[in-house]
Parts: sequence; structure tokens; C-alpha cells
Amino acid sequence: MELIQVEHLSHLYHKDMDHEYKALDDINLTVQEGEFVAIIGTNGSGKSTLAKHFNALLLPTSGICRVAGMETSSEANLWKIRQHIGMVFQNPDNQIVATLVEEDIAFGPENLGVPSEEIKKRVTEALQVVGMEKYRKFAPHLLSGGQKQRVAIAGALAMHTRCLVLDEPTAMLDPIGRAEVMATVKNLHEEAGITIIYITHFMEEAVMADRVVVMKEGQICDQGTPTEIFTQVEKLKKLGLEVPLATEVAAKLRERGISLPPYIITNEELAVCLCQLK
Amino acid sequence: MMLTDITIGQYFPGNSFIHRLDPRTKVIVLLLLIVAIFLLDTPWAYVGLCGFTFLIIRVSGVPLNMMIKSLKPLFWILLFTFLIHLFTTQGDIIWQGWIFSITGQGLKQGVFISIRLVLLILLSSLLTFTTSPIALTDALENLMNPFKRLGLPAHELAMMMTIALRFIPTLLEETDKIMKAQKSRGADFSSGNIVKRLKSLIPILVPLFIGAFRRADELAIAMEARCYRGGANRTRMKVLKIDRIDYVAYSFLAVVLVGLSVLKCSGL
Repeated sequence: MELIQVEHLSHLYHKDMDHEYKALDDINLTVQEGEFVAIIGTNGSGKSTLAKHFNALLLPTSGICRVAGMETSSEANLWKIRQHIGMVFQNPDNQIVATLVEEDIAFGPENLGVPSEEIKKRVTEALQVVGMEKYRKFAPHLLSGGQKQRVAIAGALAMHTRCLVLDEPTAMLDPIGRAEVMATVKNLHEEAGITIIYITHFMEEAVMADRVVVMKEGQICDQGTPTEIFTQVEKLKKLGLEVPLATEVAAKLRERGISLPPYIITNEELAVCLCQLK
Repeated sequence: MMLTDITIGQYFPGNSFIHRLDPRTKVIVLLLLIVAIFLLDTPWAYVGLCGFTFLIIRVSGVPLNMMIKSLKPLFWILLFTFLIHLFTTQGDIIWQGWIFSITGQGLKQGVFISIRLVLLILLSSLLTFTTSPIALTDALENLMNPFKRLGLPAHELAMMMTIALRFIPTLLEETDKIMKAQKSRGADFSSGNIVKRLKSLIPILVPLFIGAFRRADELAIAMEARCYRGGANRTRMKVLKIDRIDYVAYSFLAVVLVGLSVLKCSGL
């Protein structure tokens, strides 16, 4: 079933002004329920702008964006849509509202008018899912970046969202924090069946997705499985994007005449293929 | 002074009698005690009040040095008020030198005023030490609710306080970072006269404010994304409830206040 349908969506910033700027240009995209989609692209390619359309933080200048069949441009659907689609932003400090972890996770359900007892239950569940039970009574500024992002994810889960949109959630984290967030997201997708839309410019992260969407100058210029996308080393480099390290190494080895299969995108695959060489 | 030394708004988690009181009880008790502090003017009443303050600090389990630390930022104000009273009150002169003279009344006034200020600071710090900021805001929102009809935006004020409290540590950290960055490029914050020192604050304040505005913008988007739409139809996870221990606290306070009034009326 389609969870998100985007048809001929365009978005203009500062419409009808001198500095009018077309951030999105005729986007068509469908995300199925339970899918894991990664969106990659350089800075200014429009990926964050697109993400903000999924929960009606931005509305299309033209075209349609539907979430679970509801159009985002209709005021009446606004809060239902935002409940369906949880969002996690880049800066972990600027999305935590409350002064205690549990209070912050409760913020969403409180806004939805959920009864007190039910909120407590949801907070406990959400903390368990992201593995942060121990930090229930902590003040957010005492947590690491990765932990703060997990709190932000828990905050969305407590609203019982079906889909999580993560807008470069690891861009400001150290490698440990990145690994924590990645593991949490992967677990959510596999165990809880939550639809994931993951915006990133780390290609190693995009490799985990079912589908990769490549954006350039406000348009979708390519999409496919991670293997299909990342094996086109030359094309990605022309777009100003990196390729995963394993792919890069494999490509260089091939240039030197070592025959390696074309599908290598993860370190594991590379290792296996190298070991099979005679 | 390290910026992290500022303790106002810092919660000291615990499970003491004071911690477990309903935050509204604590706010009301604080207000009553403040009134008492200003009404009392006899020595023994002050001794009683100081004793009571000391007692509740011990009950709360907040370490004494933390309480004393909370006085530090206001030390100069304390000293200044003390000296003003010491030197400017009319009465019987007990010491004289150059253009200054100290009167017995001045000394008494100065000590009283200083004790008043110290008690005020200690009691309000105790409230913030034993009450999580969020419980405190809940209490204030709840206590302000009756004034909503008069147009007082109770929920909005409470939300503003929550966010302010949430961002105090974050902004302090940022200030520290900016100061270090400026220092590493040769900025000097600790020498020169007052005008020069104030001027040297500008390169800290400008980036700090710009950063705060950016944060505010991002936070507003994050709140909207989590369905925030003001106070209407909003529920709370923690529901405030006046319990038995609150009645115990009120009764105890009543006894103490009556005792203090007796002391005052008998002029002790």
C-alpha cells in the first residue's frame, strides 16, 4: 500500500519575489508502507525541502503530496498527517523541548490529547525500543549526540507514527553516535515494520535502504536499489557525490585488472569477493 | 568564574519529603515564607526563621555547599546592601572615621536586611533544587489558570519558561565555546576598565544571539512536527495531585508561622 504519493510536486521559496528560488521541480515519488527509502544528494539538491513536504511543514507550490491518501494541502488533515509521519532533524539540541528525557518523549502524545496513563505506557515502550530506559530521568544536555537523536526518535514513536522521516540525523554526530542511530533505525524498520525515509549524504548509510533516490537541483535524477545506484561510480562522482568506500576500492581494483563482480557496495561483500579470488 | 557555576534552575534529583511535595504546595509555601520574611522584624523571630530554613534544607538532602554556592552570584549585592544600611541609617553613633559613621541602628538594619536576602535566595534556590523545572512550570501554569479569564496567557508563559530552562545549559555551553574561540584569537575579557570590558562582550553576544534565533526557528519547526498547537486540548503525562504529605506540610507551616507571629507580637 502506498503511504506517501508525490505527484508533479514543485516548491518555490520566496514566490513572486526577486529572489524567487525553485527548490523542487516536478517531483514524482511513491513510498510504500514498510519501505526503507534513502534520499541522497548534495547540499541544495532539495532533499530537506522534499522531506518537509511529507508532514506538511511545507506545502507544495504546485502538484500534490498525499500521505495515507490524505492531501497535505488540506488544513483538516494537518494533525493526522503529522501524527502519521514523525520527523527527526539534524541538530539534536534544537528538537528537544523538555528538560527531562521522559517529559520530552511525552510532548507529542500530550499534544495529541492522549490520557495520562496511556502516555506513561507509550513513553516506557518508546524508551525500550530505542534502548534508552536508563536515561528516563536524565536532563537532555547530559546526553551524547547519538543518545539525543535516539530520544528524538522515541519522541516520534510515542505518537505512534507509522513512518519516520530522518533529515540527516547523523550529520552532527561522532562515529559512535552515528552507529547508534543507524542501529536504532535499522531495528525500527526490521522489527517494528516502520516506514523509513532517510536523508543523508553518507553513502555507507544509504546502503542499508531498500531503495535509493538520488536528487540533483530539485529533481530526482535516479532511483533504484543500492546496488544499482552505487555501482555507477562515474555517474555519482559527476553529481558531486561520494560512493561507498567498498565500491570505490572495488572499482580501483577492477581498473588494475582484478576481476570483481559488479554488485559490491558493502565492506562485507568486498571482503567475501576478495577472499574468493584465486 | 566558570559559567557552569551558575546553579539557578538546576535540579538536584532526590526523593526527600520536600522533593515529593506537590510543586504547587512548594510555590505557595515559598510565597508565604517570603511574606513572613518581610513582616518579621524581631531578633528571635529571625532566629526561628533561620532555624526553620536550615531544618528544611537538611530534610531536602541538598548538600549545604550547593546551597552556599547559590549565594555566590549575589554576594556583591549582599555586601552592597549591607554597607548602604550600615553607613546611611540615622541613630546613635557607635563608630566614626573620616566621612563615615556607623550607628547601632545601622548595624542592626544591615544585618537584618542581609539575613532577609540570604533567606530569600536560599528558599527560592531550595525550590528550584528540589523541584524539576518542568514540575515547577506545571505548578505555575496551574496556579495561573484562574487568571486565564482575565487574559493571562498561562500556558504560553509556562511553555516559554520550560523552553528557557531547557536551553540555559545549552546556551551556557555555547557561550563558553564562543569565549574560548575568541580568546584563542587574542580577545581579552579580563583586563581594562569597565567600559572596555563591556565592549569586549559584544563579540560574544552577537554570535550567541544569532545562534539563539537559529535554534528558536528550528525548535519551532520541531514542535510543529510533533503536533504542538498551543494549550487547547493538550493533556499532561504527570497530573498534579495534592496528597497527604502536602497537608502535613501545610499544617507544619501553619504551626511555624503562628509561632513566629507570637515571637513578633511579644517583641522578642
